[in-house]
Amino acid sequence: MIVPMGHLLILATILFLLGLACVIAWRNLIMILIGIEVMLNAVCLTLVGASAYWQRIDGQIMVIFMMAMTSAEVSISLAMVVYLQRRKNSIDIRDFDEMRG
Amino acid sequence: MIATLIFYILGAIAVIATLIAITRRNPVHAVIYLVNCFFALALIFYLLGAPLVAAWEVIIYAGAIMVLFLFIIMMLRLSPTTDPSRYSPRWVQWLPVLLIAIALAVCTMLLTGMDNLSAEGVPRWYASPRDFGYSLFHEYALAIEIASFQLLFAAVGAFYVGKPEALRGVKEEGR
Repeated sequence: MIVPMGHLLILATILFLLGLACVIAWRNLIMILIGIEVMLNAVCLTLVGASAYWQRIDGQIMVIFMMAMTSAEVSISLAMVVYLQRRKNSIDIRDFDEMRG
Repeated sequence: MIATLIFYILGAIAVIATLIAITRRNPVHAVIYLVNCFFALALIFYLLGAPLVAAWEVIIYAGAIMVLFLFIIMMLRLSPTTDPSRYSPRWVQWLPVLLIAIALAVCTMLLTGMDNLSAEGVPRWYASPRDFGYSLFHEYALAIEIASFQLLFAAVGAFYVGKPEALRGVKEEGR
């Protein structure tokens, strides 16, 4: 390891919290998806750091599966964004609260 | 020790780029800054001994997913939240992304300049693509199959949701 594991975890935590703040604060669907991307990348950083710390390759393979998962998630969620935009002409999540959830 | 220094610089770049990205009103600007953040993260992955993951970070995240975001943002033709004069490209607006990109380019050149990373105090361990592929297709072969099914289902689902006929049925029911 070129840096202590703690510093790596601090960096990943900062990135994760920034993504979480983006998801919570924004009312725009696109920005919420961007926040999810940031959070997923923070988790990827943790996995690669753990892989380097224990000098095993499994963490990096988990990152590859996370990338496959992210691709699936982004394609479906962006298709749903297009669907919602066609339906109500808006991507503001306050327009989609009929269920009062 | 220069690798450690580069790590901290790259971490700062990633945090700053993310911070700018999540505060932009225009989603296109946010995506541009996020691409910079992903480049910084890819260099960090390279420093941590994961060259293949670094390459895929650039290809898949910065290349494919962010371009998909841009494509959807352009396709939706969102009503601009601000007046059009904000979108006029003044040089001040280019400055942060330019600085971040220059810093990333300098870090990349420093990294490529370090010919043998292990001579600089970097651990000798790193996952070569050969080891990576061997482990991926021997120990995790079943997981590969499951991931491919997942991608197939995602493609089918995206195709179904994006079809205009799906919306027509909903509108008729709503009447």
